[in-house]
Amino acid sequence: MLVPIGNYIALASVIFFIGVIGVIVRRNPLIMLMSIELMFNAANLLLIAFARVWLQNAGQIFAFIVITVAAAEAAIGLAIIVTTFRPERFVDVDDVRSLHG
Amino acid sequence: MTAFWILGVVLVASAVWTIAARKPVYSVVALLLNFAALAVLYVTLSAEFLAVIQIIVYSGAILVLFVFVIALLSSGVQPFALGPNRLPGIWRPAAIVVLAGLAFLVFAVARAPLPLPPVTGPVGAPGVFGSIADFGRALFTIQLLPFEVTALILMVAVIGVITLGGEQISEPTRRHEARVERAMREAILREGKG
Repeated sequence: MLVPIGNYIALASVIFFIGVIGVIVRRNPLIMLMSIELMFNAANLLLIAFARVWLQNAGQIFAFIVITVAAAEAAIGLAIIVTTFRPERFVDVDDVRSLHG
Repeated sequence: MTAFWILGVVLVASAVWTIAARKPVYSVVALLLNFAALAVLYVTLSAEFLAVIQIIVYSGAILVLFVFVIALLSSGVQPFALGPNRLPGIWRPAAIVVLAGLAFLVFAVARAPLPLPPVTGPVGAPGVFGSIADFGRALFTIQLLPFEVTALILMVAVIGVITLGGEQISEPTRRHEARVERAMREAILREGKG
């Protein structure tokens, strides 16, 4: 009836891998940020699944903190995207070269 | 068990859709589906408060922020390009490594199926695992310090966003002030001549 923890580990790693591939392959910063959100959520799923295994809600509280960090990250990331790409006519991270050495 | 498999298929499919969609708006829709399925999965893991938070914070706040930015950036701009492949040479070994890792994972999962213990008691009652009452009590007693650190993180984020966005707001204002100053100087000069 109840799903073993291994299935949750496998599902979370698959989602995390998909997020990693998104960050590596896509060049649109918005989709890269969304891939980062996917990775946050995979980690959250694992935290909550292990909280469920040991019946301790510390894992759930850490997942709550991860959600807060994700919100902060999304706000700052989107602010960076807006300030960086507003003057330009297109959105591509490889065109940002202000910090090249 | 059935719920887990259905939700798992939905989660993986929507995650793939998120990173494969041509337009960011479709990515946002796929991500919304992903977050909703994840919230349902949290309910099956008796994390009720986090399921609600997932819907409110992620679907309600973060995704709306994404939609706003897409609307802001793509007004009058051609659709964002997909871009060329950034991994021209190494995608084959990378795929082999990823598949080997996943195969190892499935092997390990099949070898050690640690089952979840059953939750006893009525769902959501105080004292039962996963109830909102217990979550809140832990958040404000044992885990108070992490909770306070959360407030600090949000504060830093707000200050950062204001710092990043404030320059942009003040730029037209600065130009306007310069124009006013120039006009005043010209007026003073004209008065001195006349």
